[in-house]
Amino acid sequence: MAEEISLQTPLKSEDLEKLKTGDKVMISGIIYTARDAAHKRLVELIEQGKELPFDIVGAVIYYVGPAPAPPGRPIGSAGPTTSYRMDPYAPALMEAGMKGMIGKGPRSPEVIDSMIKNKAVYFAAIGGAAVVIADSIKESKIIAYEDLGAEAIREMKVEKFPCIVANDTRGNDIYKEGVEKYRID
Amino acid sequence: MREIHIDEIIPVVRDLCMTANFYIGDDVVKTLRDFYQKEESPTAKEVLKITIENYELAAKLKMPSCQDTGIAVVFAEIGQDVHIAGGDFVEAINEGVRQGYKDGYLRKSMVDDPIIDRVNTKDNTPAIIYTDIVPGDKLKLTIAPKGGGSENMSEVRMMKAADGLTGVIDFVVDRVRRAGGNPCPPIVVGVGLGGNFEQSALLAKRALLRDLDDTHPEPKWAKVEAELLERINKLGIGPQGLGGRTTAIGVKILTRPCHIASMPVAVNIQCHAARHKSATI
Repeated sequence: MAEEISLQTPLKSEDLEKLKTGDKVMISGIIYTARDAAHKRLVELIEQGKELPFDIVGAVIYYVGPAPAPPGRPIGSAGPTTSYRMDPYAPALMEAGMKGMIGKGPRSPEVIDSMIKNKAVYFAAIGGAAVVIADSIKESKIIAYEDLGAEAIREMKVEKFPCIVANDTRGNDIYKEGVEKYRID
Repeated sequence: MREIHIDEIIPVVRDLCMTANFYIGDDVVKTLRDFYQKEESPTAKEVLKITIENYELAAKLKMPSCQDTGIAVVFAEIGQDVHIAGGDFVEAINEGVRQGYKDGYLRKSMVDDPIIDRVNTKDNTPAIIYTDIVPGDKLKLTIAPKGGGSENMSEVRMMKAADGLTGVIDFVVDRVRRAGGNPCPPIVVGVGLGGNFEQSALLAKRALLRDLDDTHPEPKWAKVEAELLERINKLGIGPQGLGGRTTAIGVKILTRPCHIASMPVAVNIQCHAARHKSATI
C-alpha cells in the first residue's frame, strides 16, 4: 500500500487528478449522505432547475443508511451501501458539480465516463468497517428529507474517513484491474 | 414436562440480538488473521486489517459491527418435554427482537410488503423463525442476523444427477464469481445439497451456523469444501472486490438425501460478518 493521502472537502479537480486507483485516502471536512430515494429527489430538483438542499460544487456524497446513534455518539455504525443503485443518478450530480462519491462495489460505464468528463473520483469504503467509519464521523445532522428515515440526507463532519480510490479521473477501475491481477486461471 | 414461560424467552432473544451484532465469533477473527498473513495484495491486506480492527472496536464500544444489522433469523430447538406457557411463542420471539433492536440501537431493516408498499415495520419484526422438536426438556435459541447485500447474491438451482460433483462445484464457484464485490467479501459460502427445493436453501443457511474453523465430519465432503475454497480464492475478487487472494474465508456444506430424479443445490452467501449467537434455557 502506498502512502496515505489526506483530502479536505470541498474537493478540487487538481487534488483529484493526482489520485490513482488503489491509493489509500483519508477524507476530512463536510460530506453528505444520500441513498436511492434521496438521489431520486435531488435529480428531480436539478431537472426542474431548483436549488439543492446543500452546495453540490466540490461535494462528496456518501452512500450510507446508518444505524441509530447510541447515547453520547453523533451516529451509529455507518458502513457503505452498494453503489450500483445510485448509478442512474450519479452523472447528473457530477454535471452539477459533485466531485466525490463514497460507497462499495463497481460502477456502470456511464458513471465512469462521467467521472472522466467531470474530473470526479469514486472512493471505496470498507463494507463491514462500520464502527471504524462511525468513529471518524464527528458530527452528523439531518439537513433534508427527514421523512426518509435512515435514508434522509445528513451533513457529516468527518476526520480521516478511511477509503480507497476505486475509480480515478482517468477511467481506471480497481474492480476490474484488481481482480485481473490476482485471478489464477 | 418442564414449563418455560415466555417471560423467560423474551429477554434471552433481546440479548442475543444485541450480542450477535456487537461481538463477532472468535472463529471469524482468527480466520481473518490467518488469511491476512497469506494475502499478497497490499490493498487487500489493508482492507483485512481495518476489518479486524472494526470487530475489535465494535466489541469495545458495544456497537453493531455493521450498520446492516440484518433480518433476525431465529433457530429454535424445542425439547419435546417442554411446555411453553404464558402466551404465543412466535410473538415472544418477535417481542425479544423488537426490544433487542431498540435497546441495542440496531438498524431496523424490515418492510411490511415485499413489492408494493415496502413500508418499514420500524422494529425489525417479523423475525424468520425455524423450529425443530428435539429430545429433552431444554429450549435452545440461535439468532443469526443476516444482511441484505450478501443474501441477495444467493441462489438455488435444481441440477441433474448427470451434472455430478463437477457440475455442483462449477455452479458454486460461478455463483461467487458473479457476486463479485457485492456481498462484501471475504465471504463465507453456505452450500446445501440434496433434500428438495426449499430444504436445500435451509441447509445452506444452517451450514453458515457451523464454526468457521471446524472440519466437515465426512472426509469426502471435507475434501470438497477445501477444493471449493481453493477454487473460489483463485477468482481474484479479494476483500471488497478490490482484488486479492482472500475472496472466501470458509465454505461449509450440509447434505441430505434427495429424490432419485433431483439434485438440489443451494448457495447462501454470507459476508465476513458471519454473526450467530446461541443460548439454552
